[in-house]
Amino acid sequence: MTHDTHDNDTLVIGGTALTSRLFIGTGKYGTDSLIPDVAGASGSQVITVALRRVDLANPRSNVLAHIPSHMRLLPNTSGARTAEEAVRIARLAQAAGCGNWIKIEVISDSRFLLPDGYATARATETLAKEGFVVLPYMNPDLYVARDLVNAGAAAVMPLGAPIGTNRGLRTAEMIGVLIEEIDLPVIVDAGIGKPSQACEAMEMGAAACLVNTAIATAGNPVAMARAFGEAVRAGRAAYLSGAGPVAAATADGANASSPLTGFLGE
Amino acid sequence: MTIRVNGQQMECETGTTLLQLLERMALRPEAVVVERNRAIVKSGEYGATRLDQGDELELLHFVGGG
Repeated sequence: MTHDTHDNDTLVIGGTALTSRLFIGTGKYGTDSLIPDVAGASGSQVITVALRRVDLANPRSNVLAHIPSHMRLLPNTSGARTAEEAVRIARLAQAAGCGNWIKIEVISDSRFLLPDGYATARATETLAKEGFVVLPYMNPDLYVARDLVNAGAAAVMPLGAPIGTNRGLRTAEMIGVLIEEIDLPVIVDAGIGKPSQACEAMEMGAAACLVNTAIATAGNPVAMARAFGEAVRAGRAAYLSGAGPVAAATADGANASSPLTGFLGE
Repeated sequence: MTIRVNGQQMECETGTTLLQLLERMALRPEAVVVERNRAIVKSGEYGATRLDQGDELELLHFVGGG
């Protein structure tokens, strides 16, 4: 019989205990009708959405219709270029009846879509005071992270690579600093392109990963969602299990796992 | 009277309520969130909200995003 000592491992955000550490998005799907199956295969309990003007010439179907009812909605403030716009979007999202979680995104750089740390902290402070559970998207910068802690964030969400690039954990060193120094869940958002990269983030001690593009643009999004769910679970289990020591250099030779005696002889 | 909806000018009869406007536009009230002159209109108040000449409305809804 195996003993899994990690059965009670939960991630608590804003008073809600989550058993899945994979957050997923709803953007870029060829058809939104894939979303229920993706959500189910991923095991995720948190899903992001965006708020936009209704296109009066062509009112599309509401993405909420495709989201399983047990999932926690995490509206984002994408499109905001200033702290004030992010606050406005957050209040609208709340008025739409989608709870009080909000992913702050304040981006005025249109080429690399990098988040504005100062504006993000200001929006976070305003919204946290209003009772929002604020999850800010950020550059993995220690001082920005500390500002976000002081502003009342419920977690910090550093980017692994620029949004939508699938380029992986390019900022791994700096995310590692946040994991060491910041006493809030560190959720890696943006850039993760493969399950192995989500697994690595979790092995490093990230609290969760948010994956949208890598799933939505996969050849088979449902199967990829399942793969990400498994990778995040594996990485988390590895983190909790404590990795074995790494030899300092190859000059030290090797250290066999099997006995070093000959097969039959001495 | 003339109002602006999502930046577009629109004509509607004096006394039209927000709920009537949404119905005319074939939008389900529960699927949109509305700002009127930069103030959020609570979803329960659409029927009681009479639009005025020059009102600026923003009709928003959730779309896919990451």
